[in-house]
Amino acid sequence: MGVIIQKSAFDVGDQINAFSQNHTKMGAIATFTGIVRDNDNETLKAMEIEHYPGMAEKAISEIVQTAMKRWSLGDALVIHRHGTLEPGEVIMMVATAAIHRKDAFEAAEFLMDYLKSRAPFWKKEITKEAVTWVPSKQNDEDALDRW
Amino acid sequence: MRVLYFAWLRERIGVPVEDIETSAETIEDLVLELSNRTPRYKAAFSDLSAVRCALDQNLVSFDTPLGDAREVAFFPPMTGG
Repeated sequence: MGVIIQKSAFDVGDQINAFSQNHTKMGAIATFTGIVRDNDNETLKAMEIEHYPGMAEKAISEIVQTAMKRWSLGDALVIHRHGTLEPGEVIMMVATAAIHRKDAFEAAEFLMDYLKSRAPFWKKEITKEAVTWVPSKQNDEDALDRW
Repeated sequence: MRVLYFAWLRERIGVPVEDIETSAETIEDLVLELSNRTPRYKAAFSDLSAVRCALDQNLVSFDTPLGDAREVAFFPPMTGG
């Protein structure tokens, strides 16, 4: 398994190719990519992502280990960026490898649901009008109940 | 003990990290102690329902004893992903 927290940009295609090549016995690779989304008025200038160094790696590793126990996975990868990002930039990605697709899909969804509200990252939106911390959503908290 | 603040708590208090001496037994006690320092701390901790805490990098509740922990962190609900 891999957990990478980094400031620099990464190529999603390269990551998926490298991840897939390591797992020739796995028939299914599921991936999710999170992108900085502009608002409806297209006024987002940047998103600042703050994280808790140390705890971010630890919390995500624990979430990945839980997923590896719960589903039949060959491997899992999480890459999450921090720092200042512009609209359209990749924030993070998740990849799961399994023999069959159901495990790969479900585990990827589980990872995303837990990363949303249990990984110590905070987002600040800088728009033309204001600078605001993105509030947490009750939906994201509720999403954990289904697991 | 090392105390860390993130996101708007860091901005409101004005420092990202500080080393403090405390005799507080629980995180709740420590919050009370910090709140009594200056209005900035009081404002930051005025609504604890908007604050989460971690002890040695594990998410815990406010009634958790500090014990031998080296690091406590305060932050808003997380928004990863």
